[in-house]
Amino acid sequence: MTHLHMAILLPFLLAAACRLLQKLLSRVHAGWLIIPAPALLFIYFVTRIPSVQEGHAISGRIPWIPSLGIDFTVYLDGLSLLFALLISGIGTLVVLYSIYYLDKRKELVGLFYIYLLLFMGAMLGVVLSDNMIVLYAFWELTSISSFLLIAFWHNREKSRYGALKSMVITVFGGLAMLAGFVLLYVMTGTFSIRAIIGDLSAIMGDGLFAPAMLLILLGAFTKSAQFPFHIWLPDAMEAPTPVSAYLHSATMVKAGLYLVARLSPVFSGDALWFWSVSLAGMVTLIYGSYRAMKQTDLKAMLAYSTISQLGLMMSLLGLGSASAFYSVGSQSLLYTAATMAAVFHLINHAVFKGALFMVVGIVDHETGTRDIRRLGGLMSFMPLTFSIALIGSFSMAGLPPFNGFLSKEMFFTAVLNITGMDKLNMESFAILFPVAAWIASIFTFVYSMLLLFRTFLGRKQPDKLDRKPREAPVGMLLPPIALAVLAILFGLFPNLLSYSIIEPAMAAIHPGQLVPGEHFVVTISHWHGWTTEIFMTIGVVLAGTILYKLHARLSAIREPLWTRRLTLNRTYDEGLRLLDTGSRRLTNRYMTGSIRHYLIYIFVFLIAAIGWTIFRTVDLAALHLADFAPMSLFEAVSMIVLILSVIAVPFASSRMIAIILTGTAGYMVTLFFVIFRAPDLALTQIIVETVSVTLFLLCFNHLPELKREAAALRFKLSNLLIAVGVGAAMTLLALIASSERSFESISHFFLESSYKLAGGKNVVNVILVDFRGFDTMLEILVLGIAAFGICALIRLQPGTSDKQALPANEQDNGRGKRSRTSNLAVRSNDVILKTIAKAAIVIILLFSLYMLNTGHNNPGGGFIGALMAAAALILLAMAYGRRTLRKVIPIDYRVLTALGLSVAILTGIGSFLFDAPFLSHTFGYFDIPLLGTTELATAMLFDLGVYMTVVGMTMTIILTIGRDK
Amino acid sequence: MELYMSLAIGVLFTVGVYLILSKSLLRIILGTSLMTHGIHLLLLTMSRLKRGAPPLLGEEAEAYGDPLPQALILTSIVISFGVTSLYLILAYKAYRKLGTDNMELLRGEEDE
Repeated sequence: MTHLHMAILLPFLLAAACRLLQKLLSRVHAGWLIIPAPALLFIYFVTRIPSVQEGHAISGRIPWIPSLGIDFTVYLDGLSLLFALLISGIGTLVVLYSIYYLDKRKELVGLFYIYLLLFMGAMLGVVLSDNMIVLYAFWELTSISSFLLIAFWHNREKSRYGALKSMVITVFGGLAMLAGFVLLYVMTGTFSIRAIIGDLSAIMGDGLFAPAMLLILLGAFTKSAQFPFHIWLPDAMEAPTPVSAYLHSATMVKAGLYLVARLSPVFSGDALWFWSVSLAGMVTLIYGSYRAMKQTDLKAMLAYSTISQLGLMMSLLGLGSASAFYSVGSQSLLYTAATMAAVFHLINHAVFKGALFMVVGIVDHETGTRDIRRLGGLMSFMPLTFSIALIGSFSMAGLPPFNGFLSKEMFFTAVLNITGMDKLNMESFAILFPVAAWIASIFTFVYSMLLLFRTFLGRKQPDKLDRKPREAPVGMLLPPIALAVLAILFGLFPNLLSYSIIEPAMAAIHPGQLVPGEHFVVTISHWHGWTTEIFMTIGVVLAGTILYKLHARLSAIREPLWTRRLTLNRTYDEGLRLLDTGSRRLTNRYMTGSIRHYLIYIFVFLIAAIGWTIFRTVDLAALHLADFAPMSLFEAVSMIVLILSVIAVPFASSRMIAIILTGTAGYMVTLFFVIFRAPDLALTQIIVETVSVTLFLLCFNHLPELKREAAALRFKLSNLLIAVGVGAAMTLLALIASSERSFESISHFFLESSYKLAGGKNVVNVILVDFRGFDTMLEILVLGIAAFGICALIRLQPGTSDKQALPANEQDNGRGKRSRTSNLAVRSNDVILKTIAKAAIVIILLFSLYMLNTGHNNPGGGFIGALMAAAALILLAMAYGRRTLRKVIPIDYRVLTALGLSVAILTGIGSFLFDAPFLSHTFGYFDIPLLGTTELATAMLFDLGVYMTVVGMTMTIILTIGRDK
Repeated sequence: MELYMSLAIGVLFTVGVYLILSKSLLRIILGTSLMTHGIHLLLLTMSRLKRGAPPLLGEEAEAYGDPLPQALILTSIVISFGVTSLYLILAYKAYRKLGTDNMELLRGEEDE
């Protein structure tokens, strides 16, 4: 557990405590309780800068699933630090902003901050994890928290739509990425990114290299909204503006960039990587900036602008990977300039875009609209906001002296550098890069100006607004002002960042491009002389101004019909709808709701599986039938009775006969247990059979008369066919299993160690209470659940409300008359039964206790003893009525069930006191007066628990059924 | 003996499955009990029949029967008793509430 682990966990812990804190300090806006977390984290990460700068990465490891190579490993190098600073720094400002943006009287602010903290923790997890599986888990958690935040106003249809869309697309990409990670694991045998980077020989030339790369890129492209996966981002703007500023512009959408940068050392140097990353980025850059010009909603404009800027950074990372095609030297360093631009722009974009989002939030908050057709002339109402917007959009447009100008110049340098590349046939294509970059920059210039001037300059249109615009409160202005100041500061003194943050991040992206001990040279300055870049910028401003002037007229030209029809959004919507109806149709085809159909699937599969296995592996002619045990006449007769009674069941004409026939089969099975040397089974079966028949007869009145199956012959024949198939398969299975042994049985272990280890001579009982005691405990738990389930079912009076379903005790205490009608309450007039019962009950009860006690060494045990006791109690109830039973033995059987379970569980827990695993047993021999030397074992205590549970549950079942009218 | 036992198991399964596939709830319950018997005998037959004394070490026999299937079956007997009771109650409660024990009519709502 290092500080880094705690840094990741802090937001999660705070999220868990958020509700409690809010309760305690309900008068304070929840945001004030939250804000110390990101602020503290930011300070912590700032203090880490010096050590990371010197190349000392911080790491720590907590084993999680070591057997699978999954550890919670954290690692802080330059790249992680850059992102961690963004997450915590922008996070602090966004939380501050949101305190004024969200009214605590109107909104569920507590929930908002829980989601936001979840996101913060998850995002820190993404950028600090070294283990790919852990990274993936955090990655999906960011998708989930983003989903929750977009749908924060969940009563809006569009919010839900946007949330679902972002979830579907990013989780789809996330799963692809997971597959890519697994492929990397297959190739390298490790999930650690550092370990993979440390030894690239394992993946070079592997056939899985390209699939792994493409799958991981799919994850990165969907997350970072690259074309054509960008469609979720504009719809994500339904989220509250602080969320858009934080997740959908500054941090989460950059996770894809992070992933590409993080894995650059693994994949760069491959032509496919270079082309896919840089081209996807370029296409997204142009497309996004073009669409941004077309928007009338300020937030939509910012969304497309974010898409385009993400494309810009993506393509820079791609261009930067060109350096890996060259050995270490001046030419490879030339291309790392692109990476430098990417890292620098990452910071700049977060700064100016964050400020702009906050400005748009203020405009929306103060005027009630974000539509530039309704806005205008706001400068005089909100001068401070206007100043911030001016700095933000000039920076975005790439004008001096703001930070965006510098990174845009560096971007031009990078695309111009690439024209000098002499590999990958770049001589013929390279010129496309600067051209595309230049065009995209013009578009960027135009929408930046639109955003600024349409909102703040021009004609005032107060009549189109819902309320009178005024300046925002100070708290809301402070965060964007801070960002605007940063935009100027980084513009004027860019070298504040160069060696503290940019250089370490570059070192993490290009570890192979440095001679050990050396640093990248990072100097950023405003003036380089009359270079190509400066002429490009002048061109951008000129062309952009013309386009801006023409914009009003150009936007009047409607797009052709087919492009409006054939949009990506339509494809997504239709695809989703088709998938939905298609899968529903497919499912409905076999999920018919008829249990018979489901059973048929199961049985047919069973026949097929057993049949196929037997056909493939067993030679039926070679079965050792001769080795079988002989059969006596008595056994033959018993078997014939069994078979006949079973076959007769389907033909039974009344319920009674069917039940008696089934009972006969049960007693015959008991007989076979005796013949096959299984005394415990025989004892259990005979009592269960008796109790079951009682149960059947109790329910008798309530069940409908058995009608002849009035079904079509086809129905019956198909049933018969399946039934015979299952029967035949089982016969074969029994024959094969009993005639050959493919491996030695484990039974001799129990026979040998039953007495030695557990001190019991009844091996079956010892297995139940000692060797496999845990199974037995769960079994009695199931029985307890069944008993309580039956209780609940009986009390649930059909058609009546809960009030009438009085607790059973009240019901019969109050009204003796009513309970007289129930089965067990009718007093028997049979004197003979009463007399015999009196004696028998005492004997049976005593015998059941004997069974419980002797079970460890002789036939018997908890189950048998309990069933026997229950049988005695049922006899009592039958002979003297249930009220007498209650009077003689005043026990609540449900309590007894619960007590029995507790005894069993406590016996198990008791072994913890002796540092032994759950349910360890011990035994010893003691001299007890009257009884002589007696064995006492904890297993017997456990058996007592079983005894109590089984008595309790049997009596609960019988009595509740008997009580029901 | 194992051969005939296998046949008996086959019959138990055949009738059990046939009843389970029918429409009446009571038949289905009886079918599950018959199938349970079949499974118990199957487990017992798998470990060979009549080989040695009951697995009680007090007997001091040369060889003992296999205790493992017996332990499994004992668990199963008690569990299936609990399950059968639950089935019965469900069946008659469903019958009283809905007035039918025909499974084809108990398929739930169309638009569920």
